[in-house]
Amino acid sequence: MKRGSLFILLTIITGILILIDISVGSVSIPIADVIGALSGGECSVHNRTIILDLRLIKSITALLVGIALGISGLQMQTLFHNPLAGPYVLGLSSGASLGVALLLLTGMAGTFGIAGAAMIGAAAMMLLLLIANERIKDVMTLLVLGIMASSGISAIVQILQYLSDEQALKAYVIWTMGSLAEVTRPQLATMTIAIVIGVIITIFTLKSLNLIMMGETYARTAGLNLTRSRFMLLLSTTLLAGAVTAFCGPIGFVGLAVPHIARGIFRTADHRILIPGSALMGAIMMLCSDIVSRQFLVPINAVTSLAGIPIVIYIVLRK
Amino acid sequence: MIQFHDISVANNPQNILITGLTQSLAQGTLTALIGRNGCGKSTLLRVLAGLQRPISGKISLGGLNPHKCGSADLAHTVAVVTTGRTDVRRLTCMEMVGIGRSPHTGLFGRLNQLDHEIVEQAIKAVGMQDFRDREVVTLSDGEARRIMIARALAQDTPIILLDEPTSFLDVPGRYDICELLATLAHERNKTILYSTHELEPAMQYANQIMLISGREAVTLPPEEMRLTAAFRDLTSGRTLAL
Repeated sequence: MKRGSLFILLTIITGILILIDISVGSVSIPIADVIGALSGGECSVHNRTIILDLRLIKSITALLVGIALGISGLQMQTLFHNPLAGPYVLGLSSGASLGVALLLLTGMAGTFGIAGAAMIGAAAMMLLLLIANERIKDVMTLLVLGIMASSGISAIVQILQYLSDEQALKAYVIWTMGSLAEVTRPQLATMTIAIVIGVIITIFTLKSLNLIMMGETYARTAGLNLTRSRFMLLLSTTLLAGAVTAFCGPIGFVGLAVPHIARGIFRTADHRILIPGSALMGAIMMLCSDIVSRQFLVPINAVTSLAGIPIVIYIVLRK
Repeated sequence: MIQFHDISVANNPQNILITGLTQSLAQGTLTALIGRNGCGKSTLLRVLAGLQRPISGKISLGGLNPHKCGSADLAHTVAVVTTGRTDVRRLTCMEMVGIGRSPHTGLFGRLNQLDHEIVEQAIKAVGMQDFRDREVVTLSDGEARRIMIARALAQDTPIILLDEPTSFLDVPGRYDICELLATLAHERNKTILYSTHELEPAMQYANQIMLISGREAVTLPPEEMRLTAAFRDLTSGRTLAL
């Protein structure tokens, strides 16, 4: 299938999934009503309220989360030449989790709320990363430092967990399971802005991603300013994955699996196709996961893992 | 043209590899850089490409100082081919050569009509036109090497540097690559400098040989180089088949 047609098909699938996502839930709403409510047509008043005040927000959240994680996952995999990298490989979710742990388990930073604490944690991590990027020439060194920082922070969080009481502990653990349902309207606005800025930065990195793919020597002799490109990629990933983690908790696996799915479907190494491809596939995967998660009342992280693993295995073995 | 003014290079300050190199390599010539392992060939090429600073001295690449200009200007002046392969899965030969046009393309790296023509020409020049849609990972070492040379050609620079382009190739392949480089230098008026351990093809095709021996670089035409003591040192007095 030609790539243009593929994009159109996937976009249509995404649209259909949004409709299904809105109709699924504790109150099952017929698709006709969903279409009616969204287009200003026929729909019962009761359902219209549910759709526009509650469900639409969750679906848009799922859409944005999928796009953000798909793109940032691919960026990290290319930057570090590592197919197992994901958006959190440098410790973004660790930073966020430290913020949330401090809030929930020790009561510090009480005025900020979970999202605020997570954002501050992720932002602090970003600052450290960007400083490190200026000083470190070898990208592999940056990767190892990020992984070590991530592990170190996890250890601290573990200590906090050990020292806290049952209620606080459960609240924290529930946070780590991820949830698309806790996002309020103003939070969605903030998340949208952060993700839109992240995507705009990504657009400026498309060409550099293809050059980075060739290795450092070829990237530099082709005229690429590596430090600046890395900076933009790190900034973009922080905005995309950081926004997701701040408002929905650490949603795992999507950022790791979706780039591989996109590669398998689009059969190209060109990031000008893979980035939008990963964004679309991420949206599809998140919407499907959200549908399953709400239909069967399971945490979203469990669904993304269980869904993602067999997909990646299938793609990899098919070759 | 490449001009060295009193160049010294080293990988660490305690161990200077080459000192006092002053030499001009004319436009439209092929120069082979030879010397024992560890004598500084790759280091010298990296310094020329702007990837590493010299310990002292100045380099002029057609009037441009690679350590004082922007990376964009440099990319219009020098193209590099490294040793070994660059295997990127699902990348086709055409796409690989197309990436060579990066310094000339805009924000998204889109290739216009002229870019496509240059890419076509480059692939033809290395004799790989039948491989256009093949993925680079499926090529043999020699074929992959040619594609990377095509990529450097597509970059359309007056200077091309190659680090051991004949390594890992079979004997006919080595001669083919050197013949190709000589043709490119002479017919397209490029300054091409390549490092190598294979002396026979170099003696046959290069305009001059630059030999690094004991921290000094000597540059001579092949017939004269054969007669020097340093060269005999390198070949340990064994006769070369020419």
